[in-house]
Amino acid sequence: MLMLLLQSWIPFIPESASTLSDDVDAVYFYISGVTVFFVTLISLVIIFFVIRYRRRNPFEIPRPVEGSTKLETLWSVIPLVISMTIFVWGAKVYFAQYRPPQHAMEVYVVGKQWMWKFQHTTGQREINELHVPVGRKVKLIMTTEDVIHDLFFPAFRNKMDVVPGKYTVQWFEATKPGRYHFFCAEYCGMNHSGMRGYIEVMEPAAFDNWLSGNANAASPAAVGHSLYESLGCASCHGANAEGGRGPTLLGVFGSNRVLNNGTAKADEGYVRESIINPQAKVVTGFGPIMPSFQGQVTEEQLLSLVAYIKSLSTTQPETTTAKPPATGTPQSANPVRSSSPTSPNR
Amino acid sequence: MEEFTIQPPRTNYLNAEYGIKSWLLTKDHKRIGILYMGAISFFFLIGSLYAMAIRLELLTPQGDLTQSSTYNKMFTQHGIIMVFFFLIPSIPATLGNFLVPMMIGAKDLAFPRINLLSWYIYMLGGIITIYALLAGGVDTGWTFYTPYSTTFSNSYVLATGLGIFINGFSSILTGLNFIVTIHTMRAPGMTWYRLPLFIWSHYATSLIMILGTPVIAITVLLLAFERLAKIGIFDPALGGDPVLFQHLFWFYSHPAVYIMVLPGMGVVSELIANFSRKNIFGYKFVAFSSLAIAVFGFLVWGHHLFVASQSVYAGMIFSFLSFAVAIPSAIKVFNWTATLYKASISYDTPMLYALGFIGLFTIGGMTGLFLAALATDVHLSDTYFVIAHFHYIMVGGTLLAYLGGLHYWWPKVSGRMYPEGWGRFSALVVFIGFNLTFSPQFVLGYMGMPRRYHTYPVEEVSWQVLHVLSTAGASILGIGLLIPLIYLAWSLRYGRLAEANPWQLPGLEWQTASPPPTENFIETPIVREEAYEFAPPETKEVVGKFEREKPFPFYG
Ligand code: HEM
Ligand SMILES: [Cu+2]
Repeated sequence: MLMLLLQSWIPFIPESASTLSDDVDAVYFYISGVTVFFVTLISLVIIFFVIRYRRRNPFEIPRPVEGSTKLETLWSVIPLVISMTIFVWGAKVYFAQYRPPQHAMEVYVVGKQWMWKFQHTTGQREINELHVPVGRKVKLIMTTEDVIHDLFFPAFRNKMDVVPGKYTVQWFEATKPGRYHFFCAEYCGMNHSGMRGYIEVMEPAAFDNWLSGNANAASPAAVGHSLYESLGCASCHGANAEGGRGPTLLGVFGSNRVLNNGTAKADEGYVRESIINPQAKVVTGFGPIMPSFQGQVTEEQLLSLVAYIKSLSTTQPETTTAKPPATGTPQSANPVRSSSPTSPNR
Repeated sequence: MEEFTIQPPRTNYLNAEYGIKSWLLTKDHKRIGILYMGAISFFFLIGSLYAMAIRLELLTPQGDLTQSSTYNKMFTQHGIIMVFFFLIPSIPATLGNFLVPMMIGAKDLAFPRINLLSWYIYMLGGIITIYALLAGGVDTGWTFYTPYSTTFSNSYVLATGLGIFINGFSSILTGLNFIVTIHTMRAPGMTWYRLPLFIWSHYATSLIMILGTPVIAITVLLLAFERLAKIGIFDPALGGDPVLFQHLFWFYSHPAVYIMVLPGMGVVSELIANFSRKNIFGYKFVAFSSLAIAVFGFLVWGHHLFVASQSVYAGMIFSFLSFAVAIPSAIKVFNWTATLYKASISYDTPMLYALGFIGLFTIGGMTGLFLAALATDVHLSDTYFVIAHFHYIMVGGTLLAYLGGLHYWWPKVSGRMYPEGWGRFSALVVFIGFNLTFSPQFVLGYMGMPRRYHTYPVEEVSWQVLHVLSTAGASILGIGLLIPLIYLAWSLRYGRLAEANPWQLPGLEWQTASPPPTENFIETPIVREEAYEFAPPETKEVVGKFEREKPFPFYG
């Protein structure tokens, strides 16, 4: 409420369109208040002193003033206390910004000099445009084919680098339908400033409409399944991922894996690493026999494989739709069975 | 106060020897300071031309003045030249070189030949960098982030890297020289707590120079190895980690931002005390805050990586430490302000710059809080807000301090007075131009305008308005900087001859002729007073109702 008032009074605040953007603005206004207060205070005191104690005759020597430990303590402690309040508040909001939520609609993002590629779990692909429903948590699983980029949504007050060789995550829940800019915020070479686009936040019905209107592509999980077959994964992990010379992949995603040297949570990054650099983490009971697929799969194909392996788990997150699923109902436990020949690579 | 009057026909460091050779082979710290002054002015000029071109390009949202690839080279080269070849050497290598020995009553630095060597190293690094710019330029940003710099950029990364690598050694040698000089060559009676604060801040700066610079040297070397030999350190395609580069880079470059501003704080402490004829309030707090900044500045590099996929918990720790390290800066600002209390304040040009510094540095520091706070940094990092933040500190802070110091010591350096009226006028123009240039950029940043953008969306009308304001300000700032260039050059020939102590000050550098003789002091001075002792200590007043502080251990 207060936020709304402030926003209508203060010009030059970008559109605020996510559940967290108002919180960020609140921290911003708080620090702005502190800044304005101290800058004004110091300026006024200086101006006052400079006028009041100006040199009135060229020979005057003022009496020296001794320092004061009490004053020093005072003006160390007060700024420290104030800055700790900023720290705590900022950290609290940040924690919410960066802790990926449960039950979010997932979108895969691949940055590439100089465009943004998006793919929905239902298969729709977009370039430099992203459609999402309003009022639904959206989790972006992001990587890049080349250099570091950064996907920045000013209206959501959110950004995150995309880093080659790993997955980073960013999430938001849009609160207002509309069309907002996004930018690449990490300098990435020649056409860096052209690496921008729009996020289209839609009413749920309109979004579902848009989805079905574009439903001609195979889902990433389906693409991943055909890759699973064509890359020869099945020869060790079994035709139905039931295992063989390699461990079964059923139910792997989201579980805790017991390794030869420790344990690891099987998230997107773990699956990616297991394909690119299999020797890094070997499940107990298996030898380091899996070949690396580095250089044989693109980042988009890797994301499809991740999606397929996710689909083999009961704990898989939901697919794209405008409506959040009822919590607690596990989605279909059946692995995706599709032999769509669609090439995963456009 | 005792007065020295030294009769004019005499030799000083400027007329002791003549000819190019006497300059190029000089071991006199004062002449080396002037060599540096000439060199950094040249680099500053080049850096400023890039800045003007960038500002002109941004007048319109379209890329109508330059191609993207040219634009990217312009901001990269602007950053590299300004940071490595102007800001880092600016105050230490010119004013520091000139004044560190004079202020402690020494005849020269501890290692005069190494001092000259440092200038040649700087020039070599500079020439290689200029070569790289002329050969085709570099487009990685001054931050050289990998894997763009190692694998993707096909600009002159290696040559530029070599220039920066070599230049680093001049920094290390200067730092080494200052530390040894301050430890071993203080005049009799010049105890640690009698050192002018300029010396304390140079001591702290030197610590960072010798501890931090090797890290950037190694980082640049690793980058070169990877670019040349494809060994996998930073590029994930070769098995490396790109974020590792950012850690190494900022491990140096965060402390390096304090290399850039600490000497400025030292200058401002001198100006505030001397132009208000008062001892600095809380001398020891100001002195130790410099050391605290130097030491703790090494612990906060991760605040440049909040959105770089660093873990959430690492982010929290770095955020916390960044707030803690802001406190010593706040302490300095409060003590400078308190020094003005019941003072006798003159409005000479150097003081105008010092007052401007306090205001702008305060704004620069406080806007650092927006970036140290995690929630807001996620939105603001890599936007124009960051640009505004660090320009407030490095231009509003360091450059203003440098100009203030230059005017203040100009009579000592050149033996001539600058024209006071023009000085005050240009200080005002600089202040106005600076604020008009950079304050709109805070707003632009919050609006979401990313940095390093050649073009921006046409629909964002307010962005263009803000950019136009900023470019207008930059033009005013440019004029404000040209004026001193002209009148300082003019004064070398036509300025009024300076007395030994034109400002009537107690500092040692003023107790010898202007310009000083080659050996600085005819007789080694003996120090009997604390720094900034204008009136006898018995007259000391105690602030408010607070009790009297114990005298310093070395007092008396
Ligand atoms: C006094 C408290 C200060 C705080 C809390 C602070 C905080 C920060 C933070 C968190 C960033 C990273 C912003 C981002 O990239 O998202 C930053 C950037 C920067 N700060 Fe500060 N800062 C302070 C003072 C200074 C000082 C004294 C200097 C210079 C002498 C300085 C120079 C810079 C520079 C050069 C950058 C940006 C570098 C780049 O990205 O190119 N800051 N500051
Ligand atoms: Cu990019």
